Amino acid sequence: MGLEEKLPSGIVLTSVEKLAGYMRKNSLWPATFGLACCAIEMMAAGAGRYDLARFGMEVFRASPRQADLMIVAGRVSNKMAPVLRQIYDQMAAPKWVIAMGACASSGGMFNNYAIVQGVDHVVPVDIYLPGCPPRPEMLMDAILKLHDQIYDEKLGPNREKVIKEVELAAMNAVPTHQLKGLLA
Amino acid sequence: MAENQQGMFGAAGTGDTSGYGGLVRSTASAGSAQRPFGGYFDQVADDLERAYPDFADAIERVVVDRGELTLHIKRERLVEVALILRDKLKFEMSMGVSGVHYPDDKDRELHAVYHLLSVTNNQRIRLEVSVPDTDPHIPSLVEVWAGSNWNERETYDMFGIIFDGHPGLTRILMPDDWQGHPQRKDYALGGIGVEYKGAVTPPPSDRRSYK
Amino acid sequence: MSTYADPYASSRETTEGTVFSVTGGDWDSLVTEIGQAKEERVVVNMGPQHPSTHGVLRLVLELEGETVTEVRCGIGYLHTGIEKNIEFRNWTQATTFVTRMDYLAPLFNEAAYCLGVEKLLGITNDVPEKANVIRVMMMEFNRISSHMVALGTGALELGALSPMIFCFREREKVLDIFEFISGLRMNMAYIRPGGVAQDLPAGAVDKILATVKDLRHSFKDNEKLLVGNSIWMKRTEGIGYLDLAGATTLGVTGPVIRATGLPLDLRKIQPYSGYENYKFDVVTADTCDVYGRFLIRINELEQSLRIIEQCAEKLKSLEGAPVMVADKKIAWPAQLAIGADGMGNSLNHIREIMGTSMESLIHHFKLVTEGFRVPAGQVYSAVESPRGELGAHVVSDGGTRPYRVHFREPSFNNLQSTSAMCEGSMVADIIGAVASIDPVMGGVDR
Repeated sequence: MGLEEKLPSGIVLTSVEKLAGYMRKNSLWPATFGLACCAIEMMAAGAGRYDLARFGMEVFRASPRQADLMIVAGRVSNKMAPVLRQIYDQMAAPKWVIAMGACASSGGMFNNYAIVQGVDHVVPVDIYLPGCPPRPEMLMDAILKLHDQIYDEKLGPNREKVIKEVELAAMNAVPTHQLKGLLA
Repeated sequence: MAENQQGMFGAAGTGDTSGYGGLVRSTASAGSAQRPFGGYFDQVADDLERAYPDFADAIERVVVDRGELTLHIKRERLVEVALILRDKLKFEMSMGVSGVHYPDDKDRELHAVYHLLSVTNNQRIRLEVSVPDTDPHIPSLVEVWAGSNWNERETYDMFGIIFDGHPGLTRILMPDDWQGHPQRKDYALGGIGVEYKGAVTPPPSDRRSYK
Repeated sequence: MSTYADPYASSRETTEGTVFSVTGGDWDSLVTEIGQAKEERVVVNMGPQHPSTHGVLRLVLELEGETVTEVRCGIGYLHTGIEKNIEFRNWTQATTFVTRMDYLAPLFNEAAYCLGVEKLLGITNDVPEKANVIRVMMMEFNRISSHMVALGTGALELGALSPMIFCFREREKVLDIFEFISGLRMNMAYIRPGGVAQDLPAGAVDKILATVKDLRHSFKDNEKLLVGNSIWMKRTEGIGYLDLAGATTLGVTGPVIRATGLPLDLRKIQPYSGYENYKFDVVTADTCDVYGRFLIRINELEQSLRIIEQCAEKLKSLEGAPVMVADKKIAWPAQLAIGADGMGNSLNHIREIMGTSMESLIHHFKLVTEGFRVPAGQVYSAVESPRGELGAHVVSDGGTRPYRVHFREPSFNNLQSTSAMCEGSMVADIIGAVASIDPVMGGVDR
């Protein structure tokens, strides 16, 4: 990427990471991707009572090129999936995705021919937010958790280290279908 | 409607040893209703007969059930009857087409149900047309009620009923290249089993549940 | 199943299976045709993701300069297969699916479905009076909240930003009532076949009356902003014209046909759930345009408040009355209550079925596992939703699961009139016209 990628690991990089993280999280602009019922709760989160403007997020950019965050709010049908991917591709990095609601996270109550069983089949998701629909406060909680995640995002050599660690953990983890026991 | 329903549980092959799998329930389908029909149905039937002398030939069955009048019509006469209902009997608005698939009703598997509303007389009536799977053609009512356009497209998309004379019969709800007609009974629900820590919850169509 | 050679999705067999090459509808032929036309025609796609298209609606416009010559709607981007899903759930569980179709007016979906099921069961007259009053009240509150979204987003799309905030502020008050009474803000699955899911909590009537007073006062803010506002009127008067003949043949109902002057309101002409006992007016306009529909929605808010006040008066005298049909073989058994771990069966009910009454236990067990059986037949039951006539065609084969439920959604039929309304006008007017139809894509696509 830029200069921050070339800095060696150390106090300078850590300060740049903190600065970049702080600035990125504090004015995250969402792209309008409201599909169904969750979109109404997303609009309520942006309206007067549960105000997203206090995080600088009340400007829902219509154009994905100007947005950082895609909140997939609602059920994604098979017809809509290519459109979703195209909008995601049009966003400029760094970009994050919140899968809002049960339908976006996993297909929700609609386990059938028409609905994509989780938007992570189509785009990489950073935060999964359950609920049907999740209350605006739950959406704000998810956004705040995403803010923390963004703040802690590493850059440059630190990032490569984190990626290696995550990949190693994923390689050595027990696959879900081999986990036994009473859902413990 | 299934004449004989076999078994108590929906999904077969699940190791049910209760014996309820052998349960057989029969539902007799109602024959044609006899006059007097009650309410405004007699007046509608009389007006229709007066305006359309071939009434007895076109109407296969009249069903009066739960306060609603259903006329089962032969598909060749559908447009004529619809025009008469619209112009002479003042059923100005059509509420659209609803498709139903009865796979057990040999040679009459696909039903298209039209609900009509008369604003002037405050009456409702239902028209039902049955077509076989092998020849699922029904004349289109777009010329009679323009609003049937999208409804007929939807019924084609979901059931495969082809409406002859429709200005543009294409898929409307499913993607344009989708194969199959989803709401037919022989089309699978398409759900996937959900796996969690060694246990799989089957999709709703495969679960052992009551019929 | 049907096999047809699709020219736009030709397939070839490969070692990995069938590969489809999708060339996207008739876009190619459309573009060639336009390329050969003499005039400068531009084809614009207002894609499914668009801030002003009220949800995932795709509009394909053919423009000649700023004038629209052709408008075509592409829908189906939110098709969820709810109607097919219902065939695998029992009659009561289907309420939770049906509620998510038209997600701005969930109670109307539930009401249309439950009225259909009750008609099939033959218990329409056995539904207790309190249940009917609660249903009417909740539906009118839902009408208010739905109109708030329609007005707010409609104004937002045309450029007025403040009404959006005001409307959502009022909507929050209504959602508070929903949460108080049913536990959820949206998609409540509160109206069940036979009655409503649970009784009103204590203090409900007072809260309702206080909210009504508050809303009546706050609706004036919105009115002052837009009614009579010359910019608003310039953008909405004469726009989206659809007269009575057009509306009738297209099957358009709701505020759109009431704007032509016809007082077609199912609550008056074919009342259900006791609507004949309430005094209210049917609001019409005779301008057939966007401004008329806007005025209708504003005035319907006041009529809904009138009905809610009458409901609250009735509820004062119905303390302790049942809210579910008396037949225990149909009535949803449990009374829900908030416990230490959330909402669930009230402890009283558990004490009764485990300790006192064997019959209650049997009913509870049979209803929750098997569900009740509905005699075979088909019905069509319609309610007047904020968008028009919402009808449910319910077909039963005598079992515990719906055989086929088809919803006649007002938005689906109303959206067909976009072409009739918009062709010949400017691009910016399409937004106003679509906003005045107020389509909810969940209902359109189901």
